Amino acid sequence: MAATQRPADRPRPVYLDLFAIRKPVPAIVSILHRASGALLFVVGIPALLWGLQASLASPESYASFRAVMAHPLAKLVALALAWAYLHHLFAGLRHLAQDMHIGIDLAPARRSAAAVFAAALLLTLVVAIRLW
Amino acid sequence: MVSATRNKHVVGAHYGLADWLAQRFTAGVMIVYTLYALAILLWHGGLDHAAWKALFASQFFRVATFLFVLALIYHAWIGMRNITMDYVKPLAIRLPLQGAIIAALVAYAGWTIGILWGGGR
Repeated sequence: MAATQRPADRPRPVYLDLFAIRKPVPAIVSILHRASGALLFVVGIPALLWGLQASLASPESYASFRAVMAHPLAKLVALALAWAYLHHLFAGLRHLAQDMHIGIDLAPARRSAAAVFAAALLLTLVVAIRLW
Repeated sequence: MVSATRNKHVVGAHYGLADWLAQRFTAGVMIVYTLYALAILLWHGGLDHAAWKALFASQFFRVATFLFVLALIYHAWIGMRNITMDYVKPLAIRLPLQGAIIAALVAYAGWTIGILWGGGR
């Protein structure tokens, strides 16, 4: 019980080199949940609204929208956003299940994290095939 | 460090439960819309401009789309605020950043109204 006697103001040794700590799958899914959310905010929302505007405004703007989206770089951006949306969606569904105390033990939590990863990547592959 | 427990700081959200719930509710709205829109797209097997335009001529679909965007905006605000609260510690940077995020999201709401009801202009 020596640890409890440690003075509160004496700094404890902290080792938090995030790139050296081996992270379990749920941790990777979790940080990608956040990263994908940030990407969807920064790039996703303006891209979505731009696409909506361009595709609806007129037949000419619709045609130029299609032309822009035919560019490999635009397809790559669309693919990245599709992955972000899918990963964020599935990771969110996993959270909803866990909120209802479904799959909160260690083993099922690891399995569901792997499933989120796999499902998002698999459907991203489907989107990629559809795009190219 | 000791004073941190005694003095109140203008940080944090202080309404975590409501936000937790709102994050899930808005996610539910977006899931329903995503499935609905995906079903329409798959049913038609892709839409040309005329069919796309006709879909958005429906007031119901416009309102549904607006609801989706509003849910998205609120959802994005809760998420982005959490991110700024976790990583951006100096208030002099965090608060302006949060203000910019709010401004962007409100602008997106206005843009969406323009797209949906502005007659394409």
